[in-house]
Amino acid sequence: MSDTAQGTGRRAWYEPDAKLKRRHAADRRLRAYGVAAIVFALTMLMTLVGTIAITAAPAVTQTMVTLNVEVPEGAVDPSDPRGGSYQKILNESVARIFPEVDTPRELRELRQLFSNGGQYALRDKVAADTSLIGRTFEITFPLSDIGDQLRKGVIDRDLPREQRRVSDEQIGWYDRLVEQDRISAPLNWGLIFNADSRFPELAGLWGALVGSFYALLICFLVSFPVGIAAAVYLEEFAPKNRFTDLIEVNINNLAAVPSIVFGLLGLAVFLNFFGMPRSAPIVGGLVLSLMTLPTIIIATRAALKAVPPSIREAAIGVGASRMQTVGHHVLPLAMPGILTGTIIGLAQALGETAPLLLIGMNAFITAAPDSMFNPSTALPTQIYIWADSPERGFTSRTSAAIIVLLGFLVCMNAIAIYMRKRFERRW
Amino acid sequence: MTMLDTTEASGMIMNKTADEAGALAKAVSTAKAGHETKIAASKVSVFYGDKQALFDVSIDIPARQVMAFIGPSGCGKSTFLRCINRMNDTIDICSVRGTIEIDGANIYDPKIDPVLLRARVGMVFQKPNPFPKSIYDNIAYGPRIHGVAKPGPAMDEIVERSLQRAALWNEVKDRLDQPGTGLSGGQQQRLCIARAIAVDPDIILMDEPCSALDPIATAKVEELIDELREQYTIVIVTHSMQQAARVSQKAAFFHLGNLIEVDETDKMFTNPSDRRTQDYITGRFG
Repeated sequence: MSDTAQGTGRRAWYEPDAKLKRRHAADRRLRAYGVAAIVFALTMLMTLVGTIAITAAPAVTQTMVTLNVEVPEGAVDPSDPRGGSYQKILNESVARIFPEVDTPRELRELRQLFSNGGQYALRDKVAADTSLIGRTFEITFPLSDIGDQLRKGVIDRDLPREQRRVSDEQIGWYDRLVEQDRISAPLNWGLIFNADSRFPELAGLWGALVGSFYALLICFLVSFPVGIAAAVYLEEFAPKNRFTDLIEVNINNLAAVPSIVFGLLGLAVFLNFFGMPRSAPIVGGLVLSLMTLPTIIIATRAALKAVPPSIREAAIGVGASRMQTVGHHVLPLAMPGILTGTIIGLAQALGETAPLLLIGMNAFITAAPDSMFNPSTALPTQIYIWADSPERGFTSRTSAAIIVLLGFLVCMNAIAIYMRKRFERRW
Repeated sequence: MTMLDTTEASGMIMNKTADEAGALAKAVSTAKAGHETKIAASKVSVFYGDKQALFDVSIDIPARQVMAFIGPSGCGKSTFLRCINRMNDTIDICSVRGTIEIDGANIYDPKIDPVLLRARVGMVFQKPNPFPKSIYDNIAYGPRIHGVAKPGPAMDEIVERSLQRAALWNEVKDRLDQPGTGLSGGQQQRLCIARAIAVDPDIILMDEPCSALDPIATAKVEELIDELREQYTIVIVTHSMQQAARVSQKAAFFHLGNLIEVDETDKMFTNPSDRRTQDYITGRFG
């Protein structure tokens, strides 16, 4: 023992030995692994968001065409302006631009260049102002998907004819519209404010946004009070015994149940047993609230636990009942934590797709729901529907919808973080 | 316990005997004049699950005096204190046997509502624990939930009177709307005392009220305790024997869950009748 002490004694105490160097090397390695992991995660995230953003970029604008339309007297009855045959009126004004087109095949191809929504835009304009009847005026409406893709360069003109979806004539007609300065590309507000449609140039997210809003509203109204009540009971009042232990374990299990199972439950209970309306946001909200409940209960219990026992003792010490102690002191102090947990739970619910598919919220519905009992889609199911659609225009719109959804999620999480920072208390 | 503490403790005791011989005589005479018994505990045992924490404690606590509970850590003095306002009820596994009578009524009688009991028996805790609300609301909370006063001038008066009794009024009267948690530690503890007396109790329990305070704040709280004794029966748990000697008239020594000795404080510190009490006071253990 003394020999070794003398042996090492030759080196000064501050000179590192090999073992110390190994320890420091291990420290550095660990730090490097951590940095590498974060860099990897950030790269993946940026790749994901980047590709979605690049794919979504074309959907930011929508190609519109402006036509001079003449609505002849007698073609539309001023007392019933919605009854006119506007498609015919539009076709005539198109024919004035392209007088040489006369074969039925060419006429059909020409019509394919303009959106089916044109006649409705014209109808709405005339219906809003019947003095337009008998006059010539300009109307702007979307070009159809192929026209839109042509402008955005998604359809490659240089490809041989048999490999592209537009004919040479259609390209020529489009170019003539451009020459006549009839083509414009404003911001695509329709993507937000239109309801769904078969035609990409008309399809929008409004129905899905309203549906998601109703579903989240129901989800919040159900899961927030129930979750808080359950958590307060379990944390503050329930006796600690086998039965409450069992409940606790099951709540934690419930949080880990795959969401599609909740969808099956909703299908069996809400639709088949209670006979609630299919595809309705109210059912979607109820199913989502089943999923959100465990999250809220767990978050609430954690927030209640974080309130120091000294506050409870203080309240009980001046003679507050248990209910007063919880209601006046513990719950208000836990509220920031509870709200944070709730928002995170709702954000999860907003992005949830599988349970909504099972209760039919992926139906094709061309109008926003008037109430929470009407059929509707939700944001994630709308993305699912669009991703499944064959038209080229839906590719970019799907990505744009994903960005809208991500935007909402980021906003909700930001609110949660803000509230946590703003109301954080120290004792 | 270190040697230093021992000498300090015994030195203090000697000082006290020398300085306050007159006071001792006075205390004895008032005791003879008859302080009626406020709290009478008989054969109180407390169990935490299977573990017994307190063994058959019987003690009479006189009205309008300060009774100090002393003893080493884990001896059951805080446990017994918390029996007096049934604070132990909030612990699931805790069960209490025996009777504690306040003014002749057994507080463990099923007819007694602990909420009413705690309005009569206020409590001040080890760590100052004001509500994270304004100073005003801290005081007004108790009277409000007990319906003593409606919000308005009557409540303002209670708040002012309580803060004055707790010797805090002059320090906080201009900032009653500011949070009680923003006060210094000593002020917070006096705020907690004011909160306890706002509901007009007979008895105030104090569980090591000065252990988190510096000596100056401690001196203020001790001075306050001495003033409050004229109106309230005070039971204080303390680890500091100097403090027990300074503020209390009677003292009870607990050891390993048993009540060893109850006596006039001056007598216990100069001439304890039990060997263990003497060992503890002179610093041989604890």
